[in-house]
Amino acid sequence: MSTDDCLSLENVTVAYRGRTALDAVTMAVPHGGQVAIVGPNGAGKSTLFKALVGLLPLRAGRIELRDRAPGTQAQPIAYVPQREEVDWTFPVTVSDVVMMGRYGRLGWLRRPRAADRELVADCLDELGMADFAGRPVGDLSGGQQQRVFLARALAQEPHVLLLDEPFSGVDVGAKEALLDILERLRRRGITVLVSTHDLQTASQRFELVALLNGRLIAYGPPPEVFTAEHIGTAFGGHALFLEGMMVIDECGTGEVAGGQHCRDHERDVGDA
Amino acid sequence: MIHWLTEPFTLQFMQRALAASLIVGVVCSVLGCFVVLRAMAFLGDALAHAVLPGVAIAYLLGANILAGALVAALVVAAGIGLFSRRGAVKEDTAIGILFAAALALGVVLISTVRSYATDLTHILFGNVLGVSPGDLWLTGALAVGVLATILLLYKELLLASFDPVLAHTLGRRPELLRFVMLVLLALTVVVSLQTVGVGLVAAMLVTPAATAYLLTRRLSSMMALAAVIGAASSVTGLYVSYYLNVASGAAVVLTATAAFLVAFVAAPGRGVLARRAAMRRAA
Repeated sequence: MSTDDCLSLENVTVAYRGRTALDAVTMAVPHGGQVAIVGPNGAGKSTLFKALVGLLPLRAGRIELRDRAPGTQAQPIAYVPQREEVDWTFPVTVSDVVMMGRYGRLGWLRRPRAADRELVADCLDELGMADFAGRPVGDLSGGQQQRVFLARALAQEPHVLLLDEPFSGVDVGAKEALLDILERLRRRGITVLVSTHDLQTASQRFELVALLNGRLIAYGPPPEVFTAEHIGTAFGGHALFLEGMMVIDECGTGEVAGGQHCRDHERDVGDA
Repeated sequence: MIHWLTEPFTLQFMQRALAASLIVGVVCSVLGCFVVLRAMAFLGDALAHAVLPGVAIAYLLGANILAGALVAALVVAAGIGLFSRRGAVKEDTAIGILFAAALALGVVLISTVRSYATDLTHILFGNVLGVSPGDLWLTGALAVGVLATILLLYKELLLASFDPVLAHTLGRRPELLRFVMLVLLALTVVVSLQTVGVGLVAAMLVTPAATAYLLTRRLSSMMALAAVIGAASSVTGLYVSYYLNVASGAAVVLTATAAFLVAFVAAPGRGVLARRAAMRRAA
Protein backbone atom coordinates (compact mmCIF):
# COMPACT_ATOMS: atom_id res chain seq x y z
CA MET A 1 0.00 0.00 0.00
CA SER A 2 1.51 3.32 -1.00
CA THR A 3 1.34 6.27 1.38
CA ASP A 4 -1.26 8.04 -0.77
CA ASP A 5 -3.72 5.19 -0.60
CA CYS A 6 -6.69 5.35 1.70
CA LEU A 7 -8.02 1.88 1.12
CA SER A 8 -6.32 -1.15 -0.30
CA LEU A 9 -7.64 -4.60 -1.10
CA GLU A 10 -5.26 -7.45 -1.58
CA ASN A 11 -6.44 -10.70 -3.08
CA VAL A 12 -9.86 -10.27 -1.46
CA THR A 13 -12.02 -13.38 -1.89
CA VAL A 14 -15.57 -13.52 -0.52
CA ALA A 15 -18.13 -16.30 -0.62
CA TYR A 16 -21.85 -15.55 -0.51
CA ARG A 17 -24.37 -18.35 0.05
CA GLY A 18 -21.73 -20.99 -0.52
CA ARG A 19 -20.56 -19.63 -3.87
CA THR A 20 -17.50 -17.50 -4.54
CA ALA A 21 -18.91 -14.05 -5.30
CA LEU A 22 -15.63 -12.17 -5.41
CA ASP A 23 -12.42 -13.81 -6.49
CA ALA A 24 -9.01 -12.37 -5.64
CA VAL A 25 -9.78 -8.68 -6.02
CA THR A 26 -6.72 -6.47 -5.66
CA MET A 27 -7.08 -2.71 -5.91
CA ALA A 28 -6.01 0.45 -4.11
CA VAL A 29 -8.06 3.63 -3.78
CA PRO A 30 -6.16 6.90 -3.30
CA HIS A 31 -7.04 9.18 -0.41
CA GLY A 32 -10.04 11.31 -1.39
CA GLY A 33 -10.55 9.31 -4.56
CA GLN A 34 -13.99 8.58 -6.01
CA VAL A 35 -14.51 5.21 -7.64
CA ALA A 36 -17.53 3.93 -9.57
CA ILE A 37 -17.96 0.17 -9.22
CA VAL A 38 -19.74 -1.20 -12.30
CA GLY A 39 -20.62 -4.62 -13.63
CA PRO A 40 -23.63 -6.79 -14.54
CA ASN A 41 -26.21 -8.01 -12.01
CA GLY A 42 -24.66 -10.49 -9.62
CA ALA A 43 -21.14 -9.23 -10.39
CA GLY A 44 -20.40 -8.89 -6.68
CA LYS A 45 -20.78 -5.12 -6.26
CA SER A 46 -22.92 -5.37 -3.12
CA THR A 47 -20.81 -8.29 -1.90
CA LEU A 48 -17.72 -6.09 -2.14
CA PHE A 49 -19.39 -3.40 -0.01
CA LYS A 50 -20.63 -5.89 2.54
CA ALA A 51 -17.13 -7.29 2.86
CA LEU A 52 -15.70 -3.78 3.29
CA VAL A 53 -18.00 -3.03 6.25
CA GLY A 54 -17.45 -6.46 7.78
CA LEU A 55 -20.91 -7.90 7.08
CA LEU A 56 -19.39 -10.79 5.12
CA PRO A 57 -16.19 -12.53 6.21
CA LEU A 58 -13.21 -12.73 3.87
CA ARG A 59 -12.35 -16.22 2.69
CA ALA A 60 -8.90 -15.02 1.71
CA GLY A 61 -6.92 -11.82 1.29
CA ARG A 62 -7.04 -8.67 3.34
CA ILE A 63 -8.43 -5.16 3.43
CA GLU A 64 -6.32 -2.31 4.74
CA LEU A 65 -7.41 1.12 5.69
CA ARG A 66 -5.13 4.03 6.30
CA ASP A 67 -6.51 6.85 8.36
CA ARG A 68 -4.91 10.15 7.74
CA ALA A 69 -6.66 11.96 10.54
CA PRO A 70 -5.04 11.72 13.94
CA GLY A 71 -6.54 9.23 16.33
CA THR A 72 -8.06 5.91 15.49
CA GLN A 73 -11.70 5.18 14.86
CA ALA A 74 -13.75 2.12 15.50
CA GLN A 75 -15.78 2.44 12.31
CA PRO A 76 -14.22 4.67 9.63
CA ILE A 77 -16.33 3.22 6.78
CA ALA A 78 -19.94 4.35 6.35
CA TYR A 79 -22.30 2.36 4.16
CA VAL A 80 -25.45 3.72 2.50
CA PRO A 81 -27.67 0.74 1.59
CA GLN A 82 -29.89 0.41 -1.47
CA ARG A 83 -33.22 2.12 -0.96
CA GLU A 84 -35.12 -1.15 -1.33
CA GLU A 85 -33.35 -2.55 1.74
CA VAL A 86 -34.90 0.00 4.09
CA ASP A 87 -38.34 -0.28 5.72
CA TRP A 88 -39.79 3.15 4.90
CA THR A 89 -42.98 2.54 6.89
CA PHE A 90 -41.01 2.42 10.16
CA PRO A 91 -42.06 5.25 12.51
CA VAL A 92 -38.87 7.33 12.65
CA THR A 93 -38.26 10.96 11.83
CA VAL A 94 -35.52 12.28 9.59
CA SER A 95 -33.44 13.46 12.55
CA ASP A 96 -33.94 10.09 14.33
CA VAL A 97 -32.40 8.37 11.31
CA VAL A 98 -29.44 10.74 11.08
CA MET A 99 -28.84 10.43 14.83
CA MET A 100 -28.36 6.68 14.30
CA GLY A 101 -25.10 7.59 12.61
CA ARG A 102 -23.87 8.79 16.01
CA TYR A 103 -24.75 5.57 17.84
CA GLY A 104 -21.37 4.02 17.01
CA ARG A 105 -19.62 6.78 18.97
CA LEU A 106 -22.14 6.84 21.77
CA GLY A 107 -21.67 3.38 23.17
CA TRP A 108 -24.29 1.17 24.79
CA LEU A 109 -26.79 2.80 27.15
CA ARG A 110 -25.58 6.35 26.40
CA ARG A 111 -27.98 9.09 25.35
CA PRO A 112 -27.11 11.54 22.56
CA ARG A 113 -25.55 14.78 23.83
CA ALA A 114 -25.89 18.36 22.64
CA ALA A 115 -22.78 17.97 20.46
CA ASP A 116 -24.37 14.97 18.69
CA ARG A 117 -27.58 16.91 18.07
CA GLU A 118 -25.57 19.80 16.65
CA LEU A 119 -23.67 17.51 14.29
CA VAL A 120 -26.94 15.91 13.15
CA ALA A 121 -28.35 19.37 12.41
CA ASP A 122 -25.18 20.27 10.50
CA CYS A 123 -25.31 17.10 8.41
CA LEU A 124 -28.97 17.72 7.54
CA ASP A 125 -28.15 21.31 6.69
CA GLU A 126 -25.28 20.29 4.44
CA LEU A 127 -27.64 18.08 2.41
CA GLY A 128 -30.39 20.68 2.31
CA MET A 129 -32.71 18.60 4.49
CA ALA A 130 -32.80 20.83 7.60
CA ASP A 131 -36.46 21.75 7.02
CA PHE A 132 -37.43 18.07 7.09
CA ALA A 133 -35.82 17.19 10.45
CA GLY A 134 -39.10 16.41 12.22
CA ARG A 135 -40.81 14.67 9.31
CA PRO A 136 -41.35 10.89 9.16
CA VAL A 137 -38.97 9.29 6.62
CA GLY A 138 -41.89 7.61 4.88
CA ASP A 139 -43.22 11.01 3.73
CA LEU A 140 -40.13 11.86 1.68
CA SER A 141 -39.46 11.39 -2.03
CA GLY A 142 -36.84 8.90 -3.20
CA GLY A 143 -34.18 11.56 -3.67
CA GLN A 144 -34.88 13.06 -0.25
CA GLN A 145 -34.73 9.65 1.44
CA GLN A 146 -31.37 9.11 -0.15
CA ARG A 147 -30.07 12.43 1.14
CA VAL A 148 -31.25 11.52 4.65
CA PHE A 149 -29.23 8.31 4.50
CA LEU A 150 -26.27 10.22 3.15
CA ALA A 151 -26.61 12.67 6.05
CA ARG A 152 -26.64 9.70 8.40
CA ALA A 153 -23.46 8.36 6.80
CA LEU A 154 -21.80 11.79 7.21
CA ALA A 155 -22.87 11.84 10.87
CA GLN A 156 -20.65 8.78 11.30
CA GLU A 157 -17.74 11.09 10.33
CA PRO A 158 -16.35 8.45 7.99
CA HIS A 159 -13.13 8.43 6.02
CA VAL A 160 -14.61 6.13 3.42
CA LEU A 161 -18.18 6.29 2.16
CA LEU A 162 -19.84 3.40 0.30
CA LEU A 163 -22.98 4.14 -1.74
CA ASP A 164 -24.90 1.11 -3.03
CA GLU A 165 -26.77 1.89 -6.28
CA PRO A 166 -27.56 5.51 -5.34
CA PHE A 167 -28.63 6.46 -8.88
CA SER A 168 -31.29 3.80 -9.33
CA GLY A 169 -34.88 4.84 -8.75
CA VAL A 170 -34.22 8.57 -8.46
CA ASP A 171 -35.02 11.25 -11.04
CA VAL A 172 -32.49 13.29 -13.00
CA GLY A 173 -32.67 16.25 -10.60
CA ALA A 174 -31.96 14.05 -7.59
CA LYS A 175 -29.11 12.41 -9.46
CA GLU A 176 -27.48 15.76 -10.27
CA ALA A 177 -27.96 16.87 -6.65
CA LEU A 178 -26.18 13.72 -5.51
CA LEU A 179 -23.31 14.30 -7.92
CA ASP A 180 -22.97 17.84 -6.52
CA ILE A 181 -22.77 16.42 -3.02
CA LEU A 182 -20.08 13.96 -4.14
CA GLU A 183 -18.12 16.90 -5.53
CA ARG A 184 -18.26 18.60 -2.13
CA LEU A 185 -17.15 15.40 -0.41
CA ARG A 186 -14.18 15.25 -2.74
CA ARG A 187 -13.08 18.67 -1.51
CA ARG A 188 -13.38 17.44 2.07
CA GLY A 189 -11.08 14.54 1.29
CA ILE A 190 -13.63 11.78 1.87
CA THR A 191 -12.94 8.67 -0.19
CA VAL A 192 -16.10 7.45 -1.96
CA LEU A 193 -17.01 4.15 -3.61
CA VAL A 194 -20.25 4.10 -5.61
CA SER A 195 -21.79 0.98 -7.13
CA THR A 196 -23.97 1.67 -10.15
CA HIS A 197 -25.65 0.27 -13.25
CA ASP A 198 -25.32 3.66 -14.86
CA LEU A 199 -22.28 3.24 -17.10
CA GLN A 200 -22.70 6.68 -18.63
CA THR A 201 -22.48 8.46 -15.30
CA ALA A 202 -19.59 6.22 -14.30
CA SER A 203 -17.62 7.10 -17.40
CA GLN A 204 -18.39 10.82 -17.42
CA ARG A 205 -18.43 11.78 -13.75
CA PHE A 206 -15.90 9.55 -12.02
CA GLU A 207 -12.14 9.69 -12.16
CA LEU A 208 -11.76 6.00 -11.46
CA VAL A 209 -13.89 3.03 -12.49
CA ALA A 210 -13.66 -0.58 -11.33
CA LEU A 211 -15.27 -3.09 -13.69
CA LEU A 212 -16.34 -6.17 -11.81
CA ASN A 213 -17.78 -9.54 -12.69
CA GLY A 214 -16.90 -12.00 -9.97
CA ARG A 215 -13.34 -10.76 -10.33
CA LEU A 216 -11.84 -7.36 -11.07
CA ILE A 217 -11.75 -7.11 -14.86
CA ALA A 218 -10.33 -3.60 -15.12
CA TYR A 219 -9.58 -0.71 -12.81
CA GLY A 220 -8.41 2.79 -13.71
CA PRO A 221 -9.55 5.99 -15.43
CA PRO A 222 -12.74 5.50 -17.53
CA PRO A 223 -11.07 5.54 -20.98
CA GLU A 224 -8.78 2.70 -19.93
CA VAL A 225 -11.58 0.66 -18.40
CA PHE A 226 -14.35 1.11 -20.96
CA THR A 227 -12.70 -0.67 -23.84
CA ALA A 228 -14.58 -3.06 -26.10
CA GLU A 229 -12.48 -5.92 -24.80
CA HIS A 230 -13.17 -5.25 -21.11
CA ILE A 231 -16.87 -4.64 -21.64
CA GLY A 232 -17.13 -7.81 -23.69
CA THR A 233 -15.49 -9.76 -20.87
CA ALA A 234 -17.76 -8.30 -18.22
CA PHE A 235 -21.10 -8.32 -19.99
CA GLY A 236 -20.55 -11.16 -22.51
CA GLY A 237 -23.13 -11.33 -25.27
CA HIS A 238 -25.22 -8.59 -23.72
CA ALA A 239 -22.91 -5.83 -24.92
CA LEU A 240 -23.49 -4.50 -28.39
CA PHE A 241 -21.19 -2.10 -30.24
CA LEU A 242 -22.64 0.34 -32.76
CA GLU A 243 -20.46 2.95 -34.40
CA GLY A 244 -18.55 4.12 -31.36
CA MET A 245 -21.54 3.52 -29.09
CA MET A 246 -22.01 0.72 -26.68
CA VAL A 247 -25.38 -0.71 -25.72
CA ILE A 248 -25.85 -3.19 -22.93
CA ASP A 249 -29.00 -5.22 -22.51
CA GLU A 250 -29.31 -5.82 -18.78
CA CYS A 251 -31.91 -8.51 -19.21
CA GLY A 252 -30.80 -12.08 -19.20
CA THR A 253 -27.67 -11.54 -17.15
CA GLY A 254 -26.98 -13.81 -14.26
CA GLU A 255 -29.79 -13.55 -11.82
CA VAL A 256 -32.81 -13.93 -14.06
CA ALA A 257 -32.38 -17.69 -13.84
CA GLY A 258 -32.39 -17.36 -10.06
CA GLY A 259 -35.88 -15.91 -10.19
CA GLN A 260 -35.10 -12.24 -9.79
CA HIS A 261 -36.74 -10.43 -12.62
CA CYS A 262 -34.74 -7.89 -14.49
CA ARG A 263 -35.68 -4.29 -13.71
CA ASP A 264 -37.37 -3.12 -16.90
CA HIS A 265 -35.33 -4.03 -19.90
CA GLU A 266 -33.10 -1.25 -18.72
CA ARG A 267 -30.44 -0.27 -21.15
CA ASP A 268 -27.24 1.32 -20.10
CA VAL A 269 -25.49 3.39 -22.68
CA GLY A 270 -21.90 4.45 -22.34
CA ASP A 271 -19.13 5.76 -24.54
CA ALA A 272 -17.02 2.94 -25.87
CA MET B 1 -72.44 7.16 37.86
CA ILE B 2 -69.49 7.48 40.25
CA HIS B 3 -70.89 4.67 42.29
CA TRP B 4 -71.22 2.63 39.12
CA LEU B 5 -67.52 3.22 38.40
CA THR B 6 -66.22 2.59 41.91
CA GLU B 7 -68.44 -0.29 42.91
CA PRO B 8 -66.45 -3.12 41.30
CA PHE B 9 -63.26 -2.03 43.01
CA THR B 10 -64.55 -2.09 46.56
CA LEU B 11 -63.75 -5.80 46.39
CA GLN B 12 -60.14 -6.69 47.12
CA PHE B 13 -59.82 -9.32 44.41
CA MET B 14 -61.13 -6.77 41.91
CA GLN B 15 -58.48 -4.28 43.04
CA ARG B 16 -55.79 -6.87 42.42
CA ALA B 17 -57.38 -7.73 39.09
CA LEU B 18 -57.28 -4.06 38.12
CA ALA B 19 -53.63 -3.70 39.10
CA ALA B 20 -52.62 -6.87 37.25
CA SER B 21 -54.60 -5.86 34.14
CA LEU B 22 -53.05 -2.40 34.07
CA ILE B 23 -49.53 -3.82 34.38
CA VAL B 24 -50.16 -6.34 31.60
CA GLY B 25 -51.85 -3.75 29.40
CA VAL B 26 -48.85 -1.42 29.62
CA VAL B 27 -46.02 -3.97 29.36
CA CYS B 28 -47.58 -5.92 26.48
CA SER B 29 -48.33 -2.77 24.51
CA VAL B 30 -44.87 -1.21 24.93
CA LEU B 31 -42.99 -4.36 24.01
CA GLY B 32 -45.64 -5.01 21.37
CA CYS B 33 -44.40 -1.97 19.42
CA PHE B 34 -41.21 -3.88 18.61
CA VAL B 35 -43.22 -7.04 17.94
CA VAL B 36 -45.33 -5.17 15.37
CA LEU B 37 -42.43 -3.31 13.75
CA ARG B 38 -40.20 -6.38 13.55
CA ALA B 39 -43.05 -8.64 12.35
CA MET B 40 -42.65 -10.99 15.31
CA ALA B 41 -46.38 -11.49 16.01
CA PHE B 42 -46.34 -15.18 15.12
CA LEU B 43 -43.28 -15.67 17.31
CA GLY B 44 -45.01 -13.99 20.26
CA ASP B 45 -48.06 -16.21 19.85
CA ALA B 46 -45.90 -19.32 19.61
CA LEU B 47 -43.95 -18.36 22.69
CA ALA B 48 -47.18 -17.87 24.60
CA HIS B 49 -48.42 -21.36 23.78
CA ALA B 50 -45.02 -22.86 24.37
CA VAL B 51 -45.08 -21.98 28.09
CA LEU B 52 -47.96 -24.40 28.61
CA PRO B 53 -45.84 -27.48 29.44
CA GLY B 54 -43.89 -25.44 32.00
CA VAL B 55 -47.13 -24.35 33.62
CA ALA B 56 -48.39 -27.93 33.62
CA ILE B 57 -45.25 -29.36 35.18
CA ALA B 58 -45.22 -26.68 37.89
CA TYR B 59 -48.89 -27.39 38.53
CA LEU B 60 -48.34 -31.15 38.81
CA LEU B 61 -45.35 -30.66 41.10
CA GLY B 62 -47.26 -28.13 43.17
CA ALA B 63 -44.62 -25.50 42.41
CA ASN B 64 -45.28 -21.84 41.56
CA ILE B 65 -47.03 -21.73 38.20
CA LEU B 66 -45.48 -18.42 37.14
CA ALA B 67 -42.00 -19.75 37.91
CA GLY B 68 -42.72 -22.85 35.80
CA ALA B 69 -43.94 -20.68 32.93
CA LEU B 70 -40.85 -18.48 33.20
CA VAL B 71 -38.47 -21.43 32.92
CA ALA B 72 -40.41 -22.91 29.97
CA ALA B 73 -40.55 -19.55 28.16
CA LEU B 74 -36.82 -18.97 28.52
CA VAL B 75 -36.04 -22.50 27.30
CA VAL B 76 -38.29 -22.04 24.26
CA ALA B 77 -36.89 -18.56 23.53
CA ALA B 78 -33.39 -20.03 23.51
CA GLY B 79 -34.62 -22.91 21.34
CA ILE B 80 -36.18 -20.63 18.74
CA GLY B 81 -33.09 -18.43 18.72
CA LEU B 82 -30.96 -21.50 18.05
CA PHE B 83 -33.34 -22.86 15.38
CA SER B 84 -33.44 -19.60 13.43
CA ARG B 85 -29.66 -19.25 13.44
CA ARG B 86 -29.05 -22.69 12.00
CA GLY B 87 -31.47 -22.15 9.14
CA ALA B 88 -32.11 -25.87 8.41
CA VAL B 89 -35.81 -25.06 8.04
CA LYS B 90 -37.41 -21.64 7.63
CA GLU B 91 -38.00 -19.83 10.89
CA ASP B 92 -41.80 -19.76 10.74
CA THR B 93 -41.81 -23.50 10.06
CA ALA B 94 -39.58 -24.11 13.09
CA ILE B 95 -41.83 -21.92 15.21
CA GLY B 96 -44.95 -23.70 13.96
CA ILE B 97 -43.55 -27.12 14.84
CA LEU B 98 -42.25 -26.07 18.24
CA PHE B 99 -45.41 -24.25 19.20
CA ALA B 100 -47.86 -27.00 18.33
CA ALA B 101 -45.66 -29.61 20.01
CA ALA B 102 -45.38 -27.57 23.21
CA LEU B 103 -49.13 -26.96 23.27
CA ALA B 104 -49.80 -30.68 22.82
CA LEU B 105 -47.31 -31.60 25.52
CA GLY B 106 -48.96 -29.10 27.88
CA VAL B 107 -52.42 -30.51 27.18
CA VAL B 108 -51.17 -34.09 27.69
CA LEU B 109 -49.67 -33.18 31.05
CA ILE B 110 -52.70 -31.24 32.23
CA SER B 111 -55.13 -33.95 31.09
CA THR B 112 -53.63 -36.30 33.70
CA VAL B 113 -55.36 -34.16 36.32
CA ARG B 114 -59.03 -34.64 37.19
CA SER B 115 -60.03 -30.95 37.14
CA TYR B 116 -58.56 -30.77 33.66
CA ALA B 117 -61.17 -28.62 31.91
CA THR B 118 -61.26 -25.76 34.45
CA ASP B 119 -57.50 -25.66 34.86
CA LEU B 120 -56.88 -25.61 31.14
CA THR B 121 -59.42 -22.84 30.64
CA HIS B 122 -57.71 -20.70 33.26
CA ILE B 123 -54.31 -21.18 31.67
CA LEU B 124 -55.56 -20.65 28.13
CA PHE B 125 -57.77 -17.65 28.79
CA GLY B 126 -56.57 -16.26 32.09
CA ASN B 127 -58.21 -15.93 35.47
CA VAL B 128 -57.58 -12.37 36.46
CA LEU B 129 -60.04 -12.53 39.35
CA GLY B 130 -57.87 -15.18 40.99
CA VAL B 131 -54.67 -13.11 41.19
CA SER B 132 -53.11 -13.55 44.64
CA PRO B 133 -51.05 -10.82 46.36
CA GLY B 134 -47.90 -12.91 45.74
CA ASP B 135 -48.73 -13.22 42.02
CA LEU B 136 -49.23 -9.49 41.86
CA TRP B 137 -45.78 -8.82 43.33
CA LEU B 138 -44.10 -11.21 40.88
CA THR B 139 -46.05 -9.71 37.97
CA GLY B 140 -45.05 -6.20 39.03
CA ALA B 141 -41.37 -7.10 39.43
CA LEU B 142 -41.19 -8.79 36.02
CA ALA B 143 -42.99 -5.85 34.42
CA VAL B 144 -40.56 -3.34 35.92
CA GLY B 145 -37.66 -5.49 34.65
CA VAL B 146 -39.05 -5.62 31.11
CA LEU B 147 -39.84 -1.90 30.94
CA ALA B 148 -36.47 -0.90 32.41
CA THR B 149 -34.64 -3.06 29.86
CA ILE B 150 -36.58 -1.47 27.00
CA LEU B 151 -35.83 2.01 28.35
CA LEU B 152 -32.11 1.30 28.78
CA LEU B 153 -31.73 -0.38 25.38
CA TYR B 154 -34.17 1.92 23.54
CA LYS B 155 -31.49 3.30 21.22
CA GLU B 156 -30.07 -0.13 20.41
CA LEU B 157 -33.48 -1.77 19.90
CA LEU B 158 -34.57 1.08 17.63
CA LEU B 159 -31.42 0.76 15.53
CA ALA B 160 -31.53 -3.04 15.32
CA SER B 161 -35.23 -2.97 14.37
CA PHE B 162 -34.96 -0.24 11.74
CA ASP B 163 -31.59 -1.09 10.23
CA PRO B 164 -29.90 -4.33 11.33
CA VAL B 165 -27.14 -3.75 8.78
CA LEU B 166 -26.10 -0.45 10.34
CA ALA B 167 -26.42 -2.00 13.79
CA HIS B 168 -23.99 -4.66 12.68
CA THR B 169 -21.47 -2.26 11.13
CA LEU B 170 -21.56 -0.14 14.30
CA GLY B 171 -20.76 -3.21 16.40
CA ARG B 172 -24.22 -3.32 17.98
CA ARG B 173 -24.70 -7.12 17.74
CA PRO B 174 -28.22 -7.31 16.23
CA GLU B 175 -28.40 -11.07 16.86
CA LEU B 176 -27.74 -10.49 20.56
CA LEU B 177 -30.47 -7.81 20.62
CA ARG B 178 -32.83 -10.25 18.92
CA PHE B 179 -32.18 -12.72 21.70
CA VAL B 180 -32.83 -9.98 24.28
CA MET B 181 -36.15 -9.35 22.50
CA LEU B 182 -37.02 -13.06 22.75
CA VAL B 183 -36.30 -13.09 26.47
CA LEU B 184 -38.37 -9.94 27.00
CA LEU B 185 -41.19 -11.57 25.03
CA ALA B 186 -40.96 -14.66 27.21
CA LEU B 187 -41.11 -12.59 30.40
CA THR B 188 -44.07 -10.61 29.07
CA VAL B 189 -45.95 -13.78 28.20
CA VAL B 190 -45.46 -14.98 31.76
CA VAL B 191 -46.60 -11.62 33.14
CA SER B 192 -49.79 -11.90 31.02
CA LEU B 193 -50.55 -15.51 31.89
CA GLN B 194 -53.07 -14.78 34.62
CA THR B 195 -54.87 -11.86 33.05
CA VAL B 196 -55.43 -12.83 29.41
CA GLY B 197 -53.94 -16.33 29.30
CA VAL B 198 -51.68 -17.91 26.69
CA GLY B 199 -54.44 -17.95 24.10
CA LEU B 200 -54.96 -14.21 24.05
CA VAL B 201 -51.60 -12.70 24.98
CA ALA B 202 -50.66 -12.33 21.31
CA ALA B 203 -53.62 -9.99 20.91
CA MET B 204 -52.38 -7.79 23.76
CA LEU B 205 -48.91 -7.74 22.22
CA VAL B 206 -50.10 -6.79 18.77
CA THR B 207 -53.44 -4.95 18.89
CA PRO B 208 -52.69 -1.84 21.03
CA ALA B 209 -49.28 -1.43 19.32
CA ALA B 210 -50.87 -1.70 15.87
CA THR B 211 -53.50 0.86 16.87
CA ALA B 212 -50.77 3.25 18.07
CA TYR B 213 -48.83 2.63 14.83
CA LEU B 214 -51.78 3.93 12.83
CA LEU B 215 -51.98 7.08 14.96
CA THR B 216 -48.33 8.13 15.40
CA ARG B 217 -45.24 8.67 13.29
CA ARG B 218 -42.42 8.17 15.78
CA LEU B 219 -41.43 5.14 17.86
CA SER B 220 -41.32 6.94 21.22
CA SER B 221 -44.83 8.37 20.78
CA MET B 222 -46.06 5.06 19.38
CA MET B 223 -44.89 3.33 22.57
CA ALA B 224 -46.45 5.95 24.85
CA LEU B 225 -49.79 5.83 23.02
CA ALA B 226 -49.75 2.02 22.90
CA ALA B 227 -49.30 1.97 26.70
CA VAL B 228 -52.30 4.27 27.14
CA ILE B 229 -54.44 2.19 24.77
CA GLY B 230 -53.38 -1.03 26.48
CA ALA B 231 -54.15 0.33 29.95
CA ALA B 232 -57.49 1.80 28.85
CA SER B 233 -58.50 -1.48 27.18
CA SER B 234 -57.64 -3.38 30.37
CA VAL B 235 -59.78 -1.13 32.59
CA THR B 236 -62.68 -0.97 30.14
CA GLY B 237 -62.53 -4.73 29.63
CA LEU B 238 -62.71 -5.31 33.38
CA TYR B 239 -65.85 -3.15 33.69
CA VAL B 240 -67.44 -4.99 30.77
CA SER B 241 -66.52 -8.27 32.40
CA TYR B 242 -67.95 -7.19 35.78
CA TYR B 243 -71.27 -5.78 34.59
CA LEU B 244 -72.00 -8.21 31.76
CA ASN B 245 -70.58 -11.15 33.68
CA VAL B 246 -68.33 -12.34 30.83
CA ALA B 247 -64.74 -13.65 30.78
CA SER B 248 -62.41 -10.78 31.65
CA GLY B 249 -59.40 -11.63 29.43
CA ALA B 250 -61.59 -11.92 26.37
CA ALA B 251 -63.40 -8.68 27.25
CA VAL B 252 -60.05 -6.83 27.48
CA VAL B 253 -58.92 -8.19 24.10
CA LEU B 254 -62.21 -7.29 22.42
CA THR B 255 -62.01 -3.75 23.81
CA ALA B 256 -58.51 -3.38 22.36
CA THR B 257 -59.78 -4.78 19.05
CA ALA B 258 -62.61 -2.24 18.99
CA ALA B 259 -60.06 0.57 19.48
CA PHE B 260 -58.01 -0.83 16.61
CA LEU B 261 -61.02 -0.94 14.29
CA VAL B 262 -61.83 2.70 15.05
CA ALA B 263 -58.23 3.71 14.29
CA PHE B 264 -58.14 1.53 11.18
CA VAL B 265 -61.13 3.37 9.76
CA ALA B 266 -60.63 6.89 11.09
CA ALA B 267 -56.88 7.40 11.77
CA PRO B 268 -55.59 10.61 10.17
CA GLY B 269 -53.17 9.79 7.36
CA ARG B 270 -53.18 5.99 7.58
CA GLY B 271 -56.86 5.18 8.18
CA VAL B 272 -59.20 3.95 5.47
CA LEU B 273 -61.13 7.24 5.32
CA ALA B 274 -57.99 9.38 5.10
CA ARG B 275 -56.49 7.21 2.37
CA ARG B 276 -59.74 7.31 0.38
CA ALA B 277 -59.78 11.09 0.68
CA ALA B 278 -56.14 11.29 -0.44
CA MET B 279 -56.92 9.11 -3.45
CA ARG B 280 -59.89 11.28 -4.36
CA ARG B 281 -57.71 14.38 -4.12
CA ALA B 282 -55.08 12.76 -6.32
CA ALA B 283 -57.64 11.65 -8.91
